[in-house]
Amino acid sequence: MRMRFGATTIGLIAAAVAVIICLAVLPGVGQQARNTNPFPAYRPPRMADGHPDLNGIWQALVFSANWDLQDHDAQPGPRPEIMGAYGAGPAGQSIVEGGEIPYKPEALAKKKANFEKRMTVDVSDDKKWHATGDPELKCYMPGVPRATYMPFPFQIVQGSSPYILMAYEFTSATRTIRMNSTQESPTDSWMGWSRGRWEGDTLVVDVTGLREETWFDRAGDYHSDALHVVERYTPVSPYHMMYEATIEDPNVYTRPWKISFPLYRRMEKNVQLLEFKCVPFTEDMLYGRFRKQSSN
Amino acid sequence: MSHRLWISTGVLAIAIAAAVPSIITGQAPAPAAKRTAAANKKSAVPHTPWGDPDLQGVWNDATSTPLQRPTTIGQKDVLSTENEAEGFEEQLANDLNRDRRDGGAEVDVNRAYNEHWMDSRRLKITADRRTSLIVDPPDGRIPPLVPLSPERQKIRADQAASAARFNAGLPLYAQDFSLPVRCIIRTDSPPYLPTIYNNDFQIFQGPGYVTIVPEMIHSPRIIPLDGRPHIGKNLKQWLGDTRGHFEGETLVIETTNFRTDPGVVYQGANPATYKITERFTRVDADTINYEFTVEDPMTWTKPWTARIPWTKIDPKEQQYEYACHEDNYDIVHLLSGARLREKKGEVK
Repeated sequence: MRMRFGATTIGLIAAAVAVIICLAVLPGVGQQARNTNPFPAYRPPRMADGHPDLNGIWQALVFSANWDLQDHDAQPGPRPEIMGAYGAGPAGQSIVEGGEIPYKPEALAKKKANFEKRMTVDVSDDKKWHATGDPELKCYMPGVPRATYMPFPFQIVQGSSPYILMAYEFTSATRTIRMNSTQESPTDSWMGWSRGRWEGDTLVVDVTGLREETWFDRAGDYHSDALHVVERYTPVSPYHMMYEATIEDPNVYTRPWKISFPLYRRMEKNVQLLEFKCVPFTEDMLYGRFRKQSSN
Repeated sequence: MSHRLWISTGVLAIAIAAAVPSIITGQAPAPAAKRTAAANKKSAVPHTPWGDPDLQGVWNDATSTPLQRPTTIGQKDVLSTENEAEGFEEQLANDLNRDRRDGGAEVDVNRAYNEHWMDSRRLKITADRRTSLIVDPPDGRIPPLVPLSPERQKIRADQAASAARFNAGLPLYAQDFSLPVRCIIRTDSPPYLPTIYNNDFQIFQGPGYVTIVPEMIHSPRIIPLDGRPHIGKNLKQWLGDTRGHFEGETLVIETTNFRTDPGVVYQGANPATYKITERFTRVDADTINYEFTVEDPMTWTKPWTARIPWTKIDPKEQQYEYACHEDNYDIVHLLSGARLREKKGEVK
């Protein structure tokens, strides 16, 4: 670990020198690059198989997207009379390309209903178990891509097998990226069925088999069981990856749409995923009405 | 829908399996052959490109060999003949078999579902024909308990009362259920012991890390190998905090910082004094020897060690997502059932 940071620091200096030379020799190109891509050309460190080494602990800083993927003002929490500023959410700019999610008109009503009932939790009927309430509120696995921009880090463990692990701090969720697999999803799951491939230095992950119950944010943005997500992880510096996800679901949207943001390498010397096992935090909310009442 | 039912009934089955004791007696002769072939096979242990012993893959730890040596088998730690081993295995398999119909309707219901749901590997004894997974102490049994302090006696009594309410179908609240039934920790918590199903572990490795992902409850143990200290002593986790290093070909991991909630550490040991060390040694292409030592001077009179072989399985036999909490219908069923019985005046 320490050795890698040493090597990457040297890499950064080298890259910085390269930028300076580039700017000095080709000022026009430098100018243009600043407008479109803040990162100069970068060749990431390699694994033995020649592909980029994505190992590390990563985190998005666009976590206000977890409140709402699209433009939104700062907002009070759902119970401001008890939660005050604790429950409030930060303002955020849309991470959706073009700003808006292209909902079909009829689908927009469902999003609105989701939002209105985001804290309505009723598990008294198995058949309506998932009908209302943000899955995050209930500590359910967040699905893809939401797991990536929740305000928690995740770790990539990449070795020499055809499997790459992505482990998320939120509720200890994991997903396995099956490299170059042609196998179809055997069943739907909360974290989906992920198949990976390399396109140059970009890890492309094709995600299907996602359960329809996951949401994208606390604003009620949702999808159906026809969701198909294609993610792209591109290392752009020793400390950054660009993340992009194309989201397709003909039942809900008029066309595929895209989100993108950078992922930051967590650099604390002692950084590690800690536990956020939130099940115990939800038991009174979910099951409290079924407990024996003390009046008996 | 069907997989939701599967998961919710699974919760119940675990509870039942934990309550059913194993009784092992006698032996019966039967033809046998290949058992020792796997044990004797030894090939060069592979290494990762960055030089660590390579433990990557999907592994299964199911076996019928019990943790503790059955008293009926005497002092024998390893069965010397094929016939003896076959007899032992058959007896265990008969005992564990879920398709049997003896004992009447109630016993049958308590066995929950049939062999279709079970890991058939759990009907085989270990290749080295041991009579217990515990290898130390030599009698193959968990050492005697030390006298418990009044505080710990109270914790155990409270736990027993919760379990009694659960077993009577009268839980007061969600916290009366055990940690596995609440979907907080299950077989993802060390030590890793074989159970009725979902005995698969996938090991991922990268430079500086080994990561073990048990199928139940999907919590990964991400183990740094860079010699860093444990997290601060005021940080506590359900699965503790694990650090590892390689001693020759063996991955040695130590876990501390367990939470103090009842049921977090093995068999109600005392979290503050409990210590668990696990060793993973790849002995051939298809086998990892998993060995763990637990010690707690506040609980057991001496440390004890068990060894369980992990067998590599076809990667096509992949792990499935174990979404436990997401559809934990049975908590609601059992709680609302209890309230209904109270309302009807069946119980106070």
